[in-house]
Amino acid sequence: MSSTSSTGAGPSFGTGLPGAPIDLGRKARPAETAIKAVLFASAMLSVAITIGILVALIEPVVHFFAEVPFREFFSFDEGTRFAVFPLITATMVTTVIALLVAVPLGLGAAMYLSEYASRRARKILKPTVELLAGVPSVVYGFFAVMFVTPTLLQDILGLGVGFTNALAAGLVLGVMIIPTIASLAEDAFSAVPQALRQGSYAMGANRMQTTLRVVLPAALSGVAAAIVLGLSRAVGETMIVALAAGSQKNFSLNPLEGMQTMTGFMATTAGGENPVGSTSYNTLFAVGLTLFVITFVINMISIALVRRYRQAY
Amino acid sequence: MASATSSDTFPQMGSLGDVHMSAERRLPDSPVNPVMETRDLNVFYGDFHAVHDVNLAYGRHEITAMIGPSGCGKSTVLRCLNRMNDLVAGAHVEGGVLYHGQDIYEKNVDPIAVRTQIGMVFQKPNPFPKSIYDNIAYGPRVTGMKVDNMDDLVEEALRGAALWDEVKDKLKQSAYGLSGGQQQRLCIARTIATKPDVILMDEPCSALDPIATARVEDLMLELRNEYTIIVVTHNMQQAARVSDRTAFFTARPDETTGNRTGLLVEYDLTSTIFSNPNDKRTEDYISGRFG
Amino acid sequence: MSIAATTARETVQLATGRSRERSPGSLVFLGLLWFSLFFGVMVLVVLIADTAIAGAGRFDADLVTRYDSTLTPERTGFRAGILGSLWLMLFTALMAVPLGIAAAVYLEEFADSRRWYNRIIEVNLQNLAAVPSIVYGLLAVAVMALIGIERKGIVLGGAIALALLILPVIIITTREAVRAVPEEIRQGSLALGATTWQTTWRQVLPSAVPGIATGTILGLSRAIGEAAPLLMLGLASSVRFDPEGMMSPITALPIQIYGLSSSSQDAFQEAASAAIIVLLVMILGLNGLAIFIRNKFQRSW
Ligand SMILES: Nc1ncnc2c1ncn2[C@@H]1O[C@H](COP(=O)(O)OP(=O)(O)O)[C@@H](O)[C@H]1O
Ligand SMILES: [Mg+2]
Repeated sequence: MSSTSSTGAGPSFGTGLPGAPIDLGRKARPAETAIKAVLFASAMLSVAITIGILVALIEPVVHFFAEVPFREFFSFDEGTRFAVFPLITATMVTTVIALLVAVPLGLGAAMYLSEYASRRARKILKPTVELLAGVPSVVYGFFAVMFVTPTLLQDILGLGVGFTNALAAGLVLGVMIIPTIASLAEDAFSAVPQALRQGSYAMGANRMQTTLRVVLPAALSGVAAAIVLGLSRAVGETMIVALAAGSQKNFSLNPLEGMQTMTGFMATTAGGENPVGSTSYNTLFAVGLTLFVITFVINMISIALVRRYRQAY
Repeated sequence: MASATSSDTFPQMGSLGDVHMSAERRLPDSPVNPVMETRDLNVFYGDFHAVHDVNLAYGRHEITAMIGPSGCGKSTVLRCLNRMNDLVAGAHVEGGVLYHGQDIYEKNVDPIAVRTQIGMVFQKPNPFPKSIYDNIAYGPRVTGMKVDNMDDLVEEALRGAALWDEVKDKLKQSAYGLSGGQQQRLCIARTIATKPDVILMDEPCSALDPIATARVEDLMLELRNEYTIIVVTHNMQQAARVSDRTAFFTARPDETTGNRTGLLVEYDLTSTIFSNPNDKRTEDYISGRFG
Repeated sequence: MSIAATTARETVQLATGRSRERSPGSLVFLGLLWFSLFFGVMVLVVLIADTAIAGAGRFDADLVTRYDSTLTPERTGFRAGILGSLWLMLFTALMAVPLGIAAAVYLEEFADSRRWYNRIIEVNLQNLAAVPSIVYGLLAVAVMALIGIERKGIVLGGAIALALLILPVIIITTREAVRAVPEEIRQGSLALGATTWQTTWRQVLPSAVPGIATGTILGLSRAIGEAAPLLMLGLASSVRFDPEGMMSPITALPIQIYGLSSSSQDAFQEAASAAIIVLLVMILGLNGLAIFIRNKFQRSW
């Protein structure tokens, strides 16, 4: 300790006198306090956004219902100008088709990734599956219109579908949500304790039996959460259905027909000439609020399901 | 009993002779004018009562060792001494911790001010992902210490931690390039750079090999001249070799809940604890180790 | 046990294991899983090939240097859309990145997760991440009305919508990056007398930068492909000048693709196909950049 220099003018109790009063009192740190406030405000912004969404949607909707009677909005009659139920049924049709595609394929991919793939293979395969989520929905929509309907449905399968139809939209929508379901389901499968699998192998079960009879049931609430989240994505997706499902209200459950979904209606209406404050403009918000409430409820179910399987293990 | 310790790791050092060496300082029976004291210290993690009624006084320029089986609350007590337990969600402290007679758990006490006076070295070396130089300069910079010449301060701290000669040519290189033992001495250097009064060490050698351990122990004995050191260790020979006083803790299961609550069994001069303990539990623990 | 005996036993196990794994049912099942995994990739290949072939005639300079044109469909270009998308990305990042990082830092480094309001923030974030993008468009419309801007289809409105949209993505990925910084680093810093903010700013954030950058870029690559919220804000598909400020009317590449895809003229469809390839290249480039940053700079502790 030779080169001790004139450093450290501050209190140096290591060498100082005992009993010297040491100031341990709270110091005001205004910068620290201000920064914390800013950070807190930023986090609260997310709550403000949710409230903002509700307020933004509800205000025009109040005006809307001042002019349009409830029964005209909540009507099944596609001829009624403001009827919302034909839009909801169309959303249901495309969503169900999408889930029919995405649930088996998404779960299959998740099972492979979690139960069969080696760590290294998973590192490559998982991002490959997730690539599908990176393709913009307008591109999928274009693909549905340009390829799926004319080439796949009309030429190859020989179906008598028109230029727009719910089937093409639903199929492509399904491809788009495969990664959503696969990724969340894989998390759920991976969370199943290894001991359960080993127990199954010890009883002589093979990998397939273990996957289907032990891992899948054990991960059920996580799998349900994955499907529900995929459902929410399908309900809220816009560009695919705006391009491929149709722009005419059609109260029908026939997937071969064209039909306008909730989001498809919003895209068409926003693109048209509707002066701010007009009734047709406010319809946008009435449908938007319906959509938000539906997806909000679905999301909450998904979040609750995820919480359940996190608690289980 | 706790995990197996290293009585076989230090065959060359594990003799009681070392104990007498540190006892040569002929300390009074209890610390006169202690730097720190705990008064009826109780610590809870949520509902779990981790430590019960600890009363301890830590002497100036002494090394106090806290030993005992794992889970008996040594680290918990240590973390209370510079309010690092504040950072554990759910931790709750009752009783007092006096530092120069001032209770550091009083409402108007600033935990940050406490930590600038009472530094801490951790079990696993935890250098920052920065250069060696910046690791040392970090503390003085963030605490706003008035420093005339940072280069001199860095050199002084590294010399103080017996690391200067090994690193003086690579101050700008990443601290992650150092060996484990060097990293731990860097962490000690980093702590003394802020000129603390007390240095807390939580099993500082448990991640080190015997040679690195010996170097850190030598360093502790040297630092004792300038600082007050409180060290947690599960290695009893280490306590015997370096400490002036030893506190032995154990954990007692609660009759109703079965939770193991830590408590202080015996506190005395290290030579007394290791040669002539008062309490049967201490004797069992010590002899269990020394066979 | 002798080596020979051990080997023999393993062989037996292997043999029975193999036969059970190779039953016809198992093989069919495995085949189905493989199919699930590669179905999406097959679709992607068909999509890209089909689009590239459809747009092959238009991979020329006009495509990116000219504005859209109804008079000469075979020479129509996407200059306004490409520039518009880049501008939107810039302003989206300027709004969403600082806010997202700040919120993430609060939640990871400052918030006590047992407090009810912090729990509300948590659940709310998970929910926001799944709100349909078109709803964010409506929210941005309301925000624009709130700040009194009536002009439709401008950079500011679009950027607000996209920023709100990717904010949850940025918060979630930043939190992951921040959480990956080991607790020992924070403790070391705090034990030296640093404040929480000093620790965050000087230790945690620098170490988390690669992760934050990766997440941000992935968020932006999602924003650049979005069309639905921009439609709500009234972005036109035909704009024949470059963006020149926050209040400048613009279009975006996805909006132009949407506009052309309902056209019946072959030349426009060809142009739209080519534009899709441009958009995919931009997105692929961003993803590549994110992967590069992750592999190059990410520290494994
Ligand atoms: N952060 C924590 N949260 C909850 N319990 C803890 C925490 N840290 C320690 N404990 C519990 O407190 C008791 C004492 O732990 P500790 O002080 O680490 O013991 P030691 O250092 O003597 O091994 C143990 O039962 C341990 O499980
Ligand atoms: Mg400990």
